[in-house]
Amino acid sequence: MSVPTDANSTVPEPVEGSVAEADPLVTGEARQREPRWKRLPVIWQLRRSTGLQRGMLIAGMVLCAVFLIAAVFAPLIAPYGFNQLSDAGGNFPRQGAPSAQFWWGTTVGGYDVFSRVVWGAQTAVLTVVLAVALSIFLGIALGLVSGYLGGWLDRILVTIADAIYAFPSLLLAIVVSIMISGGESGFISGILAAAISITVVFVPQYFRVVRAETVRLKAEPFVESARVLGASTPRILSRHVLRNATRSLPLIITLNASEAILTLAGLGFLGFGINPTAASEWGYDLNRAISDVAGGIWWTGVFPGAAIVLLVLGITLVGESLNDLSDPRLRIRRRPKRVPRRTATAMKGAA
Amino acid sequence: MTAVQNHEGAATSPQAAVDIRDLRISFATDGEPVSAVDGVSLHVQPGEVLAIVGESGSGKTVTAKSILGLLPDNATVSGAVVLEGNDIVQLSPGQLRQVRGRDVAMVFQEASTALNPVYTVGWQIAEGLRAHGKYSKKQARERAVEILGTVGIPDPEKRVDHYPHQFSGGQKQRVVIAMALALGSKVIVADEPTTALDVTVQAEILDLLRRVRDDFGRAIVLITHNMGVVADLADRVAVMYRGEVVEEADVRDLFAHPQHEYTQHLLGAVPRLGAQTAYKVTAEAGPGEPAAPLVEARDLEIVYPGRLGRSGFRAVGGVNFTIAPGEVLGLVGESGSGKTTIGRAIVGLTRATGGSLNVLGHEMVGFKERTFRPLRSRVGFVFQDPATSFNPLLTVGEAIAEPLLIHGEATDAAGTKARVRELLDSVHLPTHYAERYPHELSGGQRQRASLARALALDPELLVADEPTSALDVSVQARVLEVFSELQERRGFATLFISHDLAVVGMLSDHIGVLYRGELVEHGAGRQVLTDPQHPYTQRLLASVPVPDPVEQQQRREALAAHRAAEG
Amino acid sequence: MTIADTATPPTAAAGKTSGGGGLGRYILVRFLLIIPTVFILVTLVFFLMRVVGDPISASVGGRLTPDQLNARLAEAGYDRPVLVQYFEYIGQIFTGDFGRTLTDNREISEILVTYGTGTLELVLYSLVVALVVGIPLGRFAAYRRDQIPDALLRIFAILCYATPVFFAALLLKLVFSVWLGWFPLGGRASTSTQLVLDRISGSTGINIIDALRTGRWDLISDVLAHAVLPAVALGLLTAGVFLRLVRTNLIGTLSMDYVDAARSRGVREGRLLRKHAYKPALIPIITVMGMQIALMLGGAILTETAFGWRGLGFQLAQYLGARDFVAVQGIVALLAVIVALTNFAVDVLAALIDPRVRY
Repeated sequence: MSVPTDANSTVPEPVEGSVAEADPLVTGEARQREPRWKRLPVIWQLRRSTGLQRGMLIAGMVLCAVFLIAAVFAPLIAPYGFNQLSDAGGNFPRQGAPSAQFWWGTTVGGYDVFSRVVWGAQTAVLTVVLAVALSIFLGIALGLVSGYLGGWLDRILVTIADAIYAFPSLLLAIVVSIMISGGESGFISGILAAAISITVVFVPQYFRVVRAETVRLKAEPFVESARVLGASTPRILSRHVLRNATRSLPLIITLNASEAILTLAGLGFLGFGINPTAASEWGYDLNRAISDVAGGIWWTGVFPGAAIVLLVLGITLVGESLNDLSDPRLRIRRRPKRVPRRTATAMKGAA
Repeated sequence: MTAVQNHEGAATSPQAAVDIRDLRISFATDGEPVSAVDGVSLHVQPGEVLAIVGESGSGKTVTAKSILGLLPDNATVSGAVVLEGNDIVQLSPGQLRQVRGRDVAMVFQEASTALNPVYTVGWQIAEGLRAHGKYSKKQARERAVEILGTVGIPDPEKRVDHYPHQFSGGQKQRVVIAMALALGSKVIVADEPTTALDVTVQAEILDLLRRVRDDFGRAIVLITHNMGVVADLADRVAVMYRGEVVEEADVRDLFAHPQHEYTQHLLGAVPRLGAQTAYKVTAEAGPGEPAAPLVEARDLEIVYPGRLGRSGFRAVGGVNFTIAPGEVLGLVGESGSGKTTIGRAIVGLTRATGGSLNVLGHEMVGFKERTFRPLRSRVGFVFQDPATSFNPLLTVGEAIAEPLLIHGEATDAAGTKARVRELLDSVHLPTHYAERYPHELSGGQRQRASLARALALDPELLVADEPTSALDVSVQARVLEVFSELQERRGFATLFISHDLAVVGMLSDHIGVLYRGELVEHGAGRQVLTDPQHPYTQRLLASVPVPDPVEQQQRREALAAHRAAEG
Repeated sequence: MTIADTATPPTAAAGKTSGGGGLGRYILVRFLLIIPTVFILVTLVFFLMRVVGDPISASVGGRLTPDQLNARLAEAGYDRPVLVQYFEYIGQIFTGDFGRTLTDNREISEILVTYGTGTLELVLYSLVVALVVGIPLGRFAAYRRDQIPDALLRIFAILCYATPVFFAALLLKLVFSVWLGWFPLGGRASTSTQLVLDRISGSTGINIIDALRTGRWDLISDVLAHAVLPAVALGLLTAGVFLRLVRTNLIGTLSMDYVDAARSRGVREGRLLRKHAYKPALIPIITVMGMQIALMLGGAILTETAFGWRGLGFQLAQYLGARDFVAVQGIVALLAVIVALTNFAVDVLAALIDPRVRY
């Protein structure tokens, strides 16, 4: 496949000073010199966005922030513990409808739905952070080395990564989760098991991206130039390849984080997540809620389900916007509004 | 701007095939809108070739695309482009569609991307015909066969059913021209139609375009940066600079008496065949023992390994040459000739597989990186594309300091500062550029910085792989000037790789001509350029269009005779 | 369930770059690539499952005395070195023998045949939903790029992706079964229907085919009514991916030079989209779609569990619950084969469209 050309190319570059080479800083690239924080990922894209894309990005960031707050301050926000079945006023009702005491009702086991949804945010965020951190670390290390060195090691790793990549990720996560914990476990071990299961599934994805970037960069003249200069392999990898190869990672992280949440929920739904008394987990709650539906009891399922949807939506919106904004073919530009000024006299100091 | 005023008097001529009046185009960007075309007025007579020349950013391509209304959404257009009585700028999308192809057609720069890879060429030609609604399927196909034959595609009845990837680069461009011809429009806009082609193929396509004008009476708007192409094909020339037409004249007048200082500068910067500026005798060292060569290739063979069970590709075979200390060897050849492969093999980026390649006393066939690494400080390399040869995350100063740090000339960044300043100064860049990032430099500046980096360790040998082919002609002149100056002062030997015979001729003591991986001719620079022995060198030289319409006409006739003689 | 929809599977790319060898060679090379894929997955699953210990201890170990357990282990050959067991297992798989389940002592290959048809039926229904919804909407979104319809469709696609299939199942059941009462709550067919279908001679196991063969409208409508909600739940998930896939790739090809070139010949905008942009875009679309179909099997486990749809996924969940790892291993190995075969078929299809591979 030929690579689609950059739609941007019809916009002329700053004129290369033809007579005396012009100083491009003067001709309009001064905007690149900005404080460092303004050039960080996400913030940089936010500043470049307009209209709809800006709306999507902000909506996504707000959703993510809400869940982060819920996760961090769960003990303060949730009226009850995630495994609390009674308080001073006696046992909680089972499958109680939403009321003043139980805003979102209670489950078949007698838990408060609202509290479990809030505590569930904590589980989800912890697992995802852990899983993404682990898979990035492994994926980058393997991808970098495999892509740069090539050879038989590279071929074997690629074949394995491809095989895993093509396989339903949930199935694999189940198998790994069985291996680690035998299926069920407490809070820390459960989160760890889920995170590792998700990691095994995602390492091939990070590996593929970083490796592809590394292979591309390896042929770039600036890396070849370092080779010609006699730089050692570790120096080339750390100074020239690593930072350039990981530029698209913010995007992949957001996309994989949403997949990690769905995988965690899927594991929980099939009963391979965390023990319900050890932590609150949305997927498990939905599993229990499925049979409630037949009786018209909607609140046990709709709230945890909506929590999953909204969190994934938020993360995906951020990821999609980052993707669009970093791809010149997809980025929306400001439309022309007014007749441009005449450029200043073009032929200054022709000599 | 007298030339523009002159032309405005003639612009009212009623029979003009294209009449552009006060065209202004700007693009919306993240910052201020960028003005690309600023008050251009031009007209093209029927059956004439108007060349619009200019360097990158001059607005020539945007002007050309506006004739077909093919500008992107973020463009704002004012003024008028009148074609057969219609003002393109004012037309509705539906009317524009009817005009495209019927009244004006386009030939694109990259024929390989202008043809849809999943449809046969016949299908694509027929589609254009049927879009204007006069053909049955059978008629359209017959017409496609006919037009393919006209543009010199052999065996058109069969080839009409072939897909684009089954044609060679030159043939693809013929097919694109056939599409433009098929619809019978009076005007054809050709945007850099030969830039992506080798010089021998370029000569053939230029002949075809001349036939398009002479035999079919079409007017051609030729967009190009190549003065040789202008001299070969154009009747009239408009020179664009930063969105404006600074000069417009008959082709012979323009080359003989350029009026505007920019035109003069541009023409002065074009390297001319055989106009050797630096010819040294170092290589032909007089009596006495000649110094041991820095590079010596004996029956050099370079084969790229094939995939699973396929035989490899032999890029270079049986090549012999030497590079003496202080000598500049120019390697010329067309794409696929193996010239870049040889340059890369000398610095160990590509593995030499057979024969012998001795670099600084080290055998490169089957070499080990570890034993060669110490020698790397004695070899410099300049890459073709200045945009990608710098790590975008390092400042120019850091990039130039890299070789110093790697080879222990300095232990930390602070220790390199003085040397980096000195190096920047030697390539005539302001020393404060060390703090800048590569994208903050223009292409020519980057290429000079690249030269500074390659020379940081005072190498004995420099390999320069097409160092100026990505640059505009006036920028190229400056880079070459800096290069010659440094080469003279420091006396390093150079392997200068280029497809441009004129550039190689300007710099080289010796020239080697590569053709399909073999060195077909090798000798002193002047001798190769003025008295070529091998038929391929003769054809190559004859194919290069020179920036002088009078001389070029003679050369063209000579080439035709040469071809006829070759059969 | 991947969202990286523009990624070209490297196996296909590797096949294409070698080009020039003609279609036959391409198919052959691509076919041989199935073997390492299946081999790696089977090996991976085998060793992952063995890390925890042997299957017998895992499933029934708690209920047996140490002596009984050892006897069972020796009988099943689990007391031998793992590598010996592994090679034996690989050998068995090559002869089509996937072993017997521990909990109910059935042939795994028989389970695959019995329940595989149910999963096949579900995946086919869902694929129809995904294609019918995803492709036209994706084309529409690309055509109306950055306008209101496009924005709405993109949010729709993200929602499809963000909704776990079991939550979609829950919502669909709540609204269409419980509140509106239009469709049944779960299962593949009513018990009475299923009895009739199972009894007809030469039953294919695919309910809709069997029902059509009886020609009885009540059976057909019963089977279809049961299929609607599961097909929509799994289909919409995939439709969201297809929509994005088609949109992104179409936008990519719409900006290619050859589209501009065709425009310069006066070709209509609608035709540019239909012919010039769509067909080249189809090549990556089909390849990624193939991977999606394989990945739908993961979604099928959840869908079948949520709807009580008796297919391979439902059965797999049951065996997972019972800790019957021989059964799990067998089913996963079979799925690996199906995944590899699907990807192969789809790559060949993509190659048929691409003249650069064909000639």
